[in-house]
Amino acid sequence: MSKSTTGSAARSSASSGRVKTIDIVNKGLKSRYRKEKRFRVYGLLSIIASAVFLAFLLSSIVFNGYSAFLQTYIKLDVPVKTGMINEQNPRRSDFQGIIKAAIRDYFPDVTERKDTRELYSIFSSGAAFQLREKVLKNPPEGDTTISLWVPADDDVDMLMKGHMKRDVPESERRLSDKQLRWIEKLETDKRIEKRFNTTFFTAGDSREPELAGIWGAVKGSFYTMIVTLVLSFPIGIAAAVYLEEFAPKNIATDFIEVNINNLAAVPSIVFGLLGLAVFLNFFGMPRSTPLVGGIVLMLMTLPTIIIASRAALKAVPPSIREAALGVGSSKLQVITGHVLPLALPGMLTGTIIGMAQALGETAPLLMIGMVAFIVDIPGGFTDPAAVMPVQIYLWADSPERAFVERTSAAIMVLLAFLVSMNAVAVIMRKRFERRW
Amino acid sequence: MSPFLLLLLLLVLSVAGYFIGQYKALNLARKAGGASRLHSLPVYYGMLTALWCCLPAFFMFLIWLGFEQTIVTGLMVADLPETARSLPPARLNLLIKDIQSLASGNIVSGEITPLMRQAAAHYVELQGIGKMITSVIVLVASVAGMLTLHRHIRPELRARNHVEKVVMGLLVVCSTIAIFTTIGIVLSILYEAVRFFRQVPVTEFLFGLEWSPQMAIREDQVGSSGAFGAVPVFAGTILISAIAMLVAAPIGLMSAIFLSEYADKRLRAVAKPMLEILAGVPTVVYGFFAALVVAPMIRGSGAQIGIDVSSESALAAGLVMGVMIIPFVSSLSDDVINAVPQSLRDGAYSVGATRSETIRHVLVPAALPGIVGGLLLAVSRAIGETMIVVMAAGLSANLTANPLQAVTTVTVQIVTLLVGDQEFDSPKTLAAFALGLVLFIGTLFLNIIALTVVRKYRERYE
Repeated sequence: MSKSTTGSAARSSASSGRVKTIDIVNKGLKSRYRKEKRFRVYGLLSIIASAVFLAFLLSSIVFNGYSAFLQTYIKLDVPVKTGMINEQNPRRSDFQGIIKAAIRDYFPDVTERKDTRELYSIFSSGAAFQLREKVLKNPPEGDTTISLWVPADDDVDMLMKGHMKRDVPESERRLSDKQLRWIEKLETDKRIEKRFNTTFFTAGDSREPELAGIWGAVKGSFYTMIVTLVLSFPIGIAAAVYLEEFAPKNIATDFIEVNINNLAAVPSIVFGLLGLAVFLNFFGMPRSTPLVGGIVLMLMTLPTIIIASRAALKAVPPSIREAALGVGSSKLQVITGHVLPLALPGMLTGTIIGMAQALGETAPLLMIGMVAFIVDIPGGFTDPAAVMPVQIYLWADSPERAFVERTSAAIMVLLAFLVSMNAVAVIMRKRFERRW
Repeated sequence: MSPFLLLLLLLVLSVAGYFIGQYKALNLARKAGGASRLHSLPVYYGMLTALWCCLPAFFMFLIWLGFEQTIVTGLMVADLPETARSLPPARLNLLIKDIQSLASGNIVSGEITPLMRQAAAHYVELQGIGKMITSVIVLVASVAGMLTLHRHIRPELRARNHVEKVVMGLLVVCSTIAIFTTIGIVLSILYEAVRFFRQVPVTEFLFGLEWSPQMAIREDQVGSSGAFGAVPVFAGTILISAIAMLVAAPIGLMSAIFLSEYADKRLRAVAKPMLEILAGVPTVVYGFFAALVVAPMIRGSGAQIGIDVSSESALAAGLVMGVMIIPFVSSLSDDVINAVPQSLRDGAYSVGATRSETIRHVLVPAALPGIVGGLLLAVSRAIGETMIVVMAAGLSANLTANPLQAVTTVTVQIVTLLVGDQEFDSPKTLAAFALGLVLFIGTLFLNIIALTVVRKYRERYE
């Protein structure tokens, strides 16, 4: 098509007799060069557009999330007297009450019921647990004062991080004027400060932002990925070996290939529907568990791994196979002894990329009930668990301002995992790639 | 014995079998006068023993795992008193669920009756017996397999051929998993969708103009009529996908052209990984970004020029989805453009075409089938994308073409209908599967066209 247009243009200029072709060309040259330049700029702009968007995305997440790695703590001196701790069963002592008494001690001029309640609410409810742990670890003898840095409530945390303004009318912020005054008193006494937020890396999910952490989700992701890896790596490689090395060229093989290519493009949520209908409803496997999540993700990543592994097998030159066959190996011995070891780096790279995909996947896991609110840190493959992307989704839905920064921080952690996985894949490709 | 422990034991037994088989083969060889008297290498006798040791036992284990729940529940129900068994099926199911959760120490929906407590204890006991029986059967099968083969080991046993046959069988099974997955998807979705269409006619679902899947739980409840006309949902999906493609197609295509035809090595070394990072960002991150940053920004700029923009506008979701698809379009077009033979470019240059003229009049037309195929795959991705729209698009099914209003999509509806507690006989839950069926068929159609087009295109230049 294009050839004919250029051809006819050349013919018309030749047939116009005295007008020299070169003049026509020269006349149009300026505008053609302009067009060339414009086209080039469009190309550059589209690259820049992607770069700008990526920079915008990453910087907004870092900007929103970096403060989540710090958490406001308040120093509290907790007087513990004999009788406060239950002698027979220290676990069942009223730690909440002890903390409240300590708070009242520190602010003796707050007496009204309504005020005390507001006062308590600047401290996190996690304070009592912290005290409990400390007391259970080394039980106090006699009357002592335990000095604790307890987490502040998320509203106080937001105030200290500057996400909540102090100089707006009382009705426009979540802390009252009285609470502000108490916080100022704590500030002048140097009893309130921001510290590294270890809770974020060690705790499970919580309704209280200051007590919520990603460790539960990280472990859930870990177990899920183990299941996915253990299933998809051997199956993917076996399928690739069969299709690339053994399969006869016939309709059945073609059908398998069409299926694999199509499955690679099926929306991930459809795999979730499959998991829900088959694994949960038909086989009665437990909901919300890494086991089922891993199997569903395995089905999803399998096409990626198979396609990458086949490419790796294809890259091994036939001379290797022929040499091995020539010294009397059987076909399977050729594969296991010579072709597979040479193709393995490529297969591993494909597998890592597939795993990175699976690690970031959310939609199919929503279908199999991995969106439940789970506080406990999962300890095995059949414990209910959340995974990191789902945790991000759940926190993104929470209204508290403090969850916005925690969501962003969790995203940073997830991206760090993904980037390092991809980096490993790239390094492996560079290191072991062989050109024959 | 826990399944994990059982598998571990099976593994240990197989390893033992391997050494026993190999040992016997070596012994036989020594008696017969050297390893060359054996048909196969000694390791193959070991491997064959190990396979006999683990494969039959493993299959029994899988079979039990598949039917454990059904059998144990059936036995437990059979032992319930007559009064409980004569309950209507729905109530009986609820009771069974309660007993099971009581047995596993979870929260129970109603009051715990002595009957339930007893049944739960019985259930736990049956489970224990079941586990024990499996363990015994699996271990016996394993040892029996090992012994049978051990007896059969002779120098003339064609161990390698047997092992290779088994391995080939395993390879074939592994490669057919893709087929089984497809069959599983089709059957499971079709089954539930057919149940849905029994309650709601297909024509109403495909052509109805009103979508409000909330069903009345009580007879006298108001405001939840349950209308299942999916046209607004489809329209919303198409609207958002169209916005996404408007962003992704030109930018992705131009990036690919620029990278393959204009960019020097340095720029390519930066831009390619950049696009790869963009492609590797999980969709939930894009969704968060769309909901937190892009949607308020569009709403704010709309308010400044006096346009009322919904905070869950189709525009925000579509734009971000478009950005997500850019790397996809770009890498597919890049492949396609690189497959165009250099001779076509040289021909165009030789008649004096500028670079951009060569690209527009020669390269793109030559690569058009491949580009179109890539774009179709991108459309299929846009339609099936879930997290961005779940987080940034709305729930209300408006039939509108205005990108500033909130619309809903097929995937959003599937997620909202299926997340949370489900009752598998209400049309509300089953509607999700009907939507899933439409989604699957639609994307399947696009994928197959796209894949065939791309394949044909590749063959042309190979």
